[in-house]
Amino acid sequence: MIRFSIYRFDPDKDNKPYMQDYELDEAEMAGRQMLLDALLLLKEKDESLSFRRSCREGVCGSDSMNINGSNGLACITPISSLKQPIKLNPLPGMPVIRDLIVDMEPFYKQYRTVKPWLINDEPVPEIERLQSDEDRQKLDGLYECILCGCCSTACPSFWWNPDKYLGPAALLQSYRFLIDSRDKATNERLDELEDPFRLFRCHSIMNCVEACPRDLNPAEAIHKIRKMLLARSS
Amino acid sequence: MSNGIEIRRFDCLVIGAGGAGLRAALQLAQADLHVAVVSKVFPTRSHTVAAQGGMNAALGNVSPDNWHWHMYDTVKGSDFLGDQDAIEYMCRAASRLVIELEHAGVPFTRLENGRIYQRAFGGQSQNYGGDQAARTCAAADRTGHAILHSLYQQNLQARTHFFDEYFATDLLVSEDGVTQGAMVIDIASGEPIIIEAKSTLLATGGSARIYRNSTNAMINTGDGMAMVLRAGMPVQDMEFVQFHPTGIAGLGMLISEATRGEGGYLINKDGERFMKRYAPKAMDLASRDVVSRAIATEIREGRGCGEKADHVLLQLHHLDSDIVKNRLPGIRDMSIRFAGVDPVDAPIPVFPTAHYTMGGIPTNRMGQVVSPVLNAPEEAQPGLYAIGECACVSVHGANRLGGNSLLDIVVFGKAAGDHIIEFLQDNPIHTTLNQASIDRAVEHINRWEKTGEGESVAEMTNEMRAMMEEFCGVFRTQEVLDEGVEKIRGLLGRLNGVRLGDQSKVFNTARFEAFELENQLEVAMATMLSAAARQESRGAHSRLDFPERDDREWMKHTLYFNRDGGVLDYKPVRTQPLSVDSFPPVKRVY
Repeated sequence: MIRFSIYRFDPDKDNKPYMQDYELDEAEMAGRQMLLDALLLLKEKDESLSFRRSCREGVCGSDSMNINGSNGLACITPISSLKQPIKLNPLPGMPVIRDLIVDMEPFYKQYRTVKPWLINDEPVPEIERLQSDEDRQKLDGLYECILCGCCSTACPSFWWNPDKYLGPAALLQSYRFLIDSRDKATNERLDELEDPFRLFRCHSIMNCVEACPRDLNPAEAIHKIRKMLLARSS
Repeated sequence: MSNGIEIRRFDCLVIGAGGAGLRAALQLAQADLHVAVVSKVFPTRSHTVAAQGGMNAALGNVSPDNWHWHMYDTVKGSDFLGDQDAIEYMCRAASRLVIELEHAGVPFTRLENGRIYQRAFGGQSQNYGGDQAARTCAAADRTGHAILHSLYQQNLQARTHFFDEYFATDLLVSEDGVTQGAMVIDIASGEPIIIEAKSTLLATGGSARIYRNSTNAMINTGDGMAMVLRAGMPVQDMEFVQFHPTGIAGLGMLISEATRGEGGYLINKDGERFMKRYAPKAMDLASRDVVSRAIATEIREGRGCGEKADHVLLQLHHLDSDIVKNRLPGIRDMSIRFAGVDPVDAPIPVFPTAHYTMGGIPTNRMGQVVSPVLNAPEEAQPGLYAIGECACVSVHGANRLGGNSLLDIVVFGKAAGDHIIEFLQDNPIHTTLNQASIDRAVEHINRWEKTGEGESVAEMTNEMRAMMEEFCGVFRTQEVLDEGVEKIRGLLGRLNGVRLGDQSKVFNTARFEAFELENQLEVAMATMLSAAARQESRGAHSRLDFPERDDREWMKHTLYFNRDGGVLDYKPVRTQPLSVDSFPPVKRVY
């Protein structure tokens, strides 16, 4: 038997949240091994159990949740890696809509704040803008972010100031454009980060690195932005 | 207000926020139109994000190339069922649109000289069937992710209005057939709203989730196709479902054709590179239908691998490990996680897996939905557009080439956007909403409020998926297909008895799975019935009892209507390109 303890809350009928126990026979997994596979089977028995999911292979970022105390994606977390009962909670610090589903808007809002689009006002060439392989490689480890929110919602600085501190995911995006050789708004982007909260609330707690299911390193990106700011002021 | 339902008004309603919907929305928003994008998931969770290998365009950065060679390959790949006007349009537009994406920030992998990296993909040739071409523009093996995120970012900048996590249930259509918007439900609150629009664009993606083993995301349930069927219009060529040769065996996760483009190959239990017997020249880079049939044949004839001899192996470990690590990092990661195999050291177990819907909502090359009216087979339906995998232009015909789907969504996303801008100039005002159409949509929503004993949505969904796999797979026969038609008809008959246990208003995912079940059953019936009728083998539709292509009888598009339990009609293939000579049907060898 696989045992679970899952956070439940439906504002339509519950006064307050509670933890519900579930069990699943291992045989029902029929060779499938991930936490999401188990959740889908549980939902077949109890259709009220609610969570987001889509690609089921770790690229869409829908099924982020708190798994035994750590943030991760259910679809790429093997059941065998988890101590039982498997405790599932919504992403910490976010308003809960229902069960494991949180309102991601505070997270998306900070993403939008960093103007996550390429800015280049130079005349448009008739071919691609050339970029050296070396410059392109600087984007590796940055552009792959899937906006699952695991990092920002694992960050105490983001918990305290979700409206003022951008959080690791948005800062990773910010650096993705700061370092892109094709982007021409480096100074303007840095100007907007010179603020006591937006960037500098990062206290290098490093939870973000631990939490990222794609093995990206937001803390390093934040560190590099600080270095860019420093280099600019000196 | 109508039936107490809130009404929102826009110039254009885009349903679906994958690459197609976002490319169209961008065109419209940049033209200062008021555009609403409705998506049942947050835009970057759309299935475009999972596209790996790349996007075809004859840039010629790596091998000599031109759009006409690309057109030839696409027509041949389609097994001569593709419409050559649309194919010419797409292949001509490709280079400009890839470059536009690059300008929009897509982080394409680069060559030494700073230009976009291109890799070899299946079915690509130089000089009309000559040497292998390298035509697929790639961002490592995460091209779909890179394109989808960049398009979303561009839309944020253009201030497109997003309705994230809203589910569209039905089109609203005037009595004289003008599409007026759609009924949608706010998933978080459960409340319906009417989005009234002067033009409506469907970009809801494919339906390969109707199969049990599928490379597709769980959201690919054919919603737009079913909405069109419910509105009385047809879907086209639904019998053509692409089985990708290399899904992870037993699980279905996609292992990109880029693995073979970078030099990987398939082997059977004897370690033999069996593709040489099926496609002596192109080998592992033959068209997907050819490779999938070869794998299925190897397994049927007892040369499969593993204890159950139920898969073949995809070998990469003979390649320089840096190629795997740098050009195929996502594949390596997926293989380690799901198959427990690091392709740097050992081969990946693979099996043909339902992947792509070549058929869909019939459109012309401007993205206008077309339907037979009186004696005209292709009358544009006013105010209604469809693009991407939910549509059938048809550029893919009976078999899509790898790298042509990301191209399709961008090319026709832009084309539809441009046409809608023109349409709105001639149709600047909202027409009066049709109350009967609203009433039908409300009745549809209320259907799931029935409580009491009944079958569950999950049970029926599982049953349908198993049926599609058993009765409508890689190889098909009349007997099996006819049985499949009866099986799916049986499910449709039972649908009325399905009950939703969870009646909560708040983020009720079970409720939307119920709507998705209805949609999938509509599509499953269209697929099965269209397949049972087509007595020839063409592209992905492979009949053991009719092994040859029959151009005299069957070089025509299937149209399926859902009235009277399913009705079929046919219309000719558009064999005349826009400016060049037609490629006449010839025997297709790789």
